[in-house]
Amino acid sequence: MPTVNDFLLILPEVVLLIWALLILLIDLWIPDTKKYYTAVLSAAGLVISAGCAFALLGRTGSAFSNMVVLDGFSSVLSILFLLSGLAAVALAYDYLKRNAAQRGEYYTLLLFSIAGMMLMASANDLIMVFLSLELLSIPLYILAGFFRPRLASEEAALKYFLLGAFSSAILLFGIAWIYGSTGHTDFPGIVASIDGGRANYLLLLIGAGLLLVGFGFKIGVFPFHMWVPDTYQGSPSSIGAFMTVATKAAGFAALLRVFLVLFPAEAPIMAGILWGLSAASMIFGNTVAIAQMNMKRLLAYSSIANAGYILMAFVPYGNPVIAQEAVSSALFYLLAYALTSFGAWAVMIALEPAESDGLLLQDFSGLGRKYPWLGAALLISMLSFIGVPLTMGFWGKFYLFKTAVDGSQIPLVLIGLLTSLVSAYYYLRIVMFAYFKPGEPQIQPGRWASVVAVICAAGIFVLSFIPTPVFQFAAQMIMGMK
Amino acid sequence: MFLSEIFSDPAFSLVPWVVFFPLAGIILNLIFSRRWEEKLTALTACLAAGGSFVISLLLMLALTHHPEGATITLLEWINTGSLQINWAFRVDTLSVTMMLVVSGVGTLIHIYAAGYMHYDVRINGDPSRYSRFFIFFNLFILAMMLLVSADNYLMLFVGWEGVGLCSYLLIGFWFEKGADGIANARAAKKAFLVNRIGDVGLLIALFLMFWNFGSLQFDTVFARAPEVAAATPAVLLAMTLFMLLGVAGKSAQLPLYVWLPDAMAGPTPVSALIHAATMVTAGVYLVARSHTLYSLVPAAQTTVVWLGALTALFAATIAVAQNDIKKVLAYSTISQLGFMVAAVGMGAFTAGLFHLTTHAFFKALLFLAAGSVILGMEDVRKLDETNLSDSFHHSHVDPQDMTLMGGLRRKMPVTFWVYLMGALALAGIAPLAGFFSKDEILAAASQNGLLVFLVLLAAAFLTAFYMGRQLWLVFFGKPRSENAENARENTALIVLPLILLAGLTVLGGLLNFPGSLALEGWLEHTLGKGINGEFNSMVAGISLIVSITGLVTAWFVYSRYSGEIKKLDPLEDMFGAVFIGARNKWYVDELYHAIIVRPLEGLSQQLAQPVDQGLIDGIAVGFGSLTKAIAQSWRSIENGFVRSYALALLLGIVLIFSYLVIR
Amino acid sequence: MVNDWVYIGLFILISLFLPAAAILIAGWLAPKKPNKIKNSTYECGIETVGDTWVQFRVQYYIYALVFLVFDVETVFLYPWAVAYRQLTLFAVLEAVVFLLLLAGGLIYAWKKGALQWN
Repeated sequence: MPTVNDFLLILPEVVLLIWALLILLIDLWIPDTKKYYTAVLSAAGLVISAGCAFALLGRTGSAFSNMVVLDGFSSVLSILFLLSGLAAVALAYDYLKRNAAQRGEYYTLLLFSIAGMMLMASANDLIMVFLSLELLSIPLYILAGFFRPRLASEEAALKYFLLGAFSSAILLFGIAWIYGSTGHTDFPGIVASIDGGRANYLLLLIGAGLLLVGFGFKIGVFPFHMWVPDTYQGSPSSIGAFMTVATKAAGFAALLRVFLVLFPAEAPIMAGILWGLSAASMIFGNTVAIAQMNMKRLLAYSSIANAGYILMAFVPYGNPVIAQEAVSSALFYLLAYALTSFGAWAVMIALEPAESDGLLLQDFSGLGRKYPWLGAALLISMLSFIGVPLTMGFWGKFYLFKTAVDGSQIPLVLIGLLTSLVSAYYYLRIVMFAYFKPGEPQIQPGRWASVVAVICAAGIFVLSFIPTPVFQFAAQMIMGMK
Repeated sequence: MFLSEIFSDPAFSLVPWVVFFPLAGIILNLIFSRRWEEKLTALTACLAAGGSFVISLLLMLALTHHPEGATITLLEWINTGSLQINWAFRVDTLSVTMMLVVSGVGTLIHIYAAGYMHYDVRINGDPSRYSRFFIFFNLFILAMMLLVSADNYLMLFVGWEGVGLCSYLLIGFWFEKGADGIANARAAKKAFLVNRIGDVGLLIALFLMFWNFGSLQFDTVFARAPEVAAATPAVLLAMTLFMLLGVAGKSAQLPLYVWLPDAMAGPTPVSALIHAATMVTAGVYLVARSHTLYSLVPAAQTTVVWLGALTALFAATIAVAQNDIKKVLAYSTISQLGFMVAAVGMGAFTAGLFHLTTHAFFKALLFLAAGSVILGMEDVRKLDETNLSDSFHHSHVDPQDMTLMGGLRRKMPVTFWVYLMGALALAGIAPLAGFFSKDEILAAASQNGLLVFLVLLAAAFLTAFYMGRQLWLVFFGKPRSENAENARENTALIVLPLILLAGLTVLGGLLNFPGSLALEGWLEHTLGKGINGEFNSMVAGISLIVSITGLVTAWFVYSRYSGEIKKLDPLEDMFGAVFIGARNKWYVDELYHAIIVRPLEGLSQQLAQPVDQGLIDGIAVGFGSLTKAIAQSWRSIENGFVRSYALALLLGIVLIFSYLVIR
Repeated sequence: MVNDWVYIGLFILISLFLPAAAILIAGWLAPKKPNKIKNSTYECGIETVGDTWVQFRVQYYIYALVFLVFDVETVFLYPWAVAYRQLTLFAVLEAVVFLLLLAGGLIYAWKKGALQWN
């Protein structure tokens, strides 16, 4: 029987879900000319939920018969999801208006999806993992097609839905194998069964492999990345920005927790697979991004490469000390990546005219001269993406590489370094267009996207001076994990 | 901020605000200055600098009760492996003295610049740069405060580079102006490059330090210095000498002084604040801060002394022959910096810092007064009448050429009197500030060695001489051009800081007045008992006689100089080739150009075509096109069909399973 | 171990056999006397009009979905009502929340014009 305490532990999620439902209803009475009320309301909901999450920071516990746990890992990620949500709301408002798609459902669906992510970060049962995965995915399928009846948007949604359903099925299949092997779906039960030697080893391995495929799809690593460019390009840009950051983070949340808790003993075997996925993603993402002239597709490939970087630190997760370090570095990198990615997307959204499916790189020409603030934000984002020393991106990569080196994954680190070098080519090309080519870009009406861009850039700038406290905060938060 | 730390005085925890105030000024001006009027922009910047000054005063008051000071850790910065560096501020008597000088003189010059730049941006035809100037100016205060308040060498280095950057930006403030439209940009570039040489030296010193001490934190380094000095004296010698290279770059000492005269291309407030009063003294501060290291290596100390002494004399000889009012002051600055460097090299830290402080007062005063003279020569009134920058045509007369001035004493009385005050202080006439501080250095030199003493005495004589020459050329005699004829006194905003600085120049000697020695007692808490240049009536008498002789000689020589412009400088009559050599700066620039710049350029020309374009570019371009080709071929994997995407997914699963099976 | 699989195999066979047997036996035993009325699509007497392969208005589906909402509501409420006397306050609250959610859905559909036929 659930108690009040159970609900208290997932208070941020509960608040967010109720708020989302209320917005759905309230929006019915908000006329089309005043949709900013809906945006403000949903932002308020996100802030309140974040407030609850902050209040719970440092608390630990499990709820609903061990279905979900609350710990520092889930709290930090919840806050990251909620802040991403805020950015997505800010990016969406002017953008939806511009594209005549001011439907209040956008915000409700967004909030549902965020609630799914938060539950995913705190799931302590494979069934819960699956349910929260669906809760986060289904709204995103709809949001990807939010510009119905625009063909590109519908195509993006359909592709995402079909492949997403496929990967969900695989994930569920994996859960079934693990249940078949251990007779449990809850993490403590599975661990007890494995530790007690009652689990069937082969079935367990197959299950783990299938789970990895399911999560790999969500985080978009090679070769499960195929949907990423098409979906990001066709979806509304505000959703593309949100997916690059939040969906990826949610996928990593589940991946890290499941593998750290359930399969530490299988690490030597899994490391090989993770190694391959990571290396392939870094090489493939960074290389193909070079050939892209569409900013959305470029950022999509960049996100594939970045997933590879995060996975790199996780390869040697079998060693408990390194695992701790890997999770801290991953959290740090996710923060750096969130700021950087939102900054880049925000600059693009600020300039993106209605009915467009992503700016071409040429469209940034003259940005630095005409809009120095936006140009500076783009510059900072790109430098951080490359990992130019003393930016947030540099520190993020630094911690990831350091973890990988500590785990003696030297070849992987070399691949990472070389592909970072390659990535400088396409990131700097954007800078080159923005600063060295003449042109007349035009900021679209509405200033929220510009505000997000500048805030993100300022965040990158300020935090790059204090990487150690941020990293240690992350390290301290995950101490109680497991 | 770690609030749990408890300091002996709560005021100490205010120290980060010496940096935050200018930061706030920068941010406010960055965001709002486009909408603000000039006055508001200038007020913000002045308040930001003034805020730093108030904090510095509070820190000073706190230090009078708790002279042991404190270290305030703001944030952890780098913590990887054995490298641990914090954003930590150090409050002790040395750093607070520097803070007071920087923010105090800085605030006065900010106020002056509020008036000066109003005209300067209009004369140069771009009023929109007014706010940019104050942003750079606040950034400079920020960087300088970081430099002097750092608790470790890396943070100091950040400030060190920061002031270098500001110097570059402000020298090239009118980057499209100057001879051929490029001279100012060249001057900025020169300053940057020459400083870079020095900075590399400092960096090497820091690497050596980290390598041998395992830390860059002041206390840790100083505590371990004796054992390292005992074990490997050569390392410490190398470290101190490389650091000296940095000092030579930043404080414009031989052989890296060449950038400072060119740096006068910047607006006059810049010359006063950065290139006279504060930034160039950073080197002196660095040596004083690292006195523990230097005192362990006598050879390094001797090098420092001779470097300073020779620079003092060398620059003074050049100053004698310059006709540009700011160039004379620039070489004089180099010369005076030489005095300071020599002083700290001798271990007379108090004397060096005393001279640093008084020099900041009177040299800032001289530069600002020179700026006032320049504005007077620029015929600013016409500007006010038309108030249209476009219609203002730059006067073809060089407003900085002293041969075109003359007789300004009556036209600009206030400027004349404050200039006289500054010049006499610089010449070392009792009882102005410069007399006491220079005398202390000479007294210390007399204990150090006769040769050094004589060299510095000669420099002092020349100092008095060129200041006398300048006074005569600018303010006495008859006006030698139409602009000088029409010169008028400037507005109160410009004159007021001059009067305040003149007051400081007169009273500055009290800081370390013989008998009370307040500054010495104050600095002892940080620097320990150094060689103290006690007041030596013999030395004082000699130096006073020398100074007066210099002034009187100048008087005799230049009273012959009549109102004609074209006439040869009287000294040229007397000394001929020697004077021409001095006027052409002993051809050092040409020498550097011939032995360093030209061969390097030649070498790069040789390497450019075959090696760079052929080999290196070939490899780079080859790799680039290879990667691009791969990218093009791989992108076709992404063919847009869901079925092939699903197939890829499936293939991935198959791969994973085959790995599991064959492993 | 092997025995388990045998049981599963048997289970599959039996589960295949039973429905097949029912259909076959019915076809075998039943008397066959077809006439025109018996062969019509709806034996109750309503005549079909036109082709079966027509496109439906999409609104039928929305209607159907809204109807389904209440169908499901009923299905869930029956067992709840049967066990009402044994249930705690918590279960009552849960039912109320459930009803509120469904009501919200109805309001949403209503306001969006799903019940408007045009």
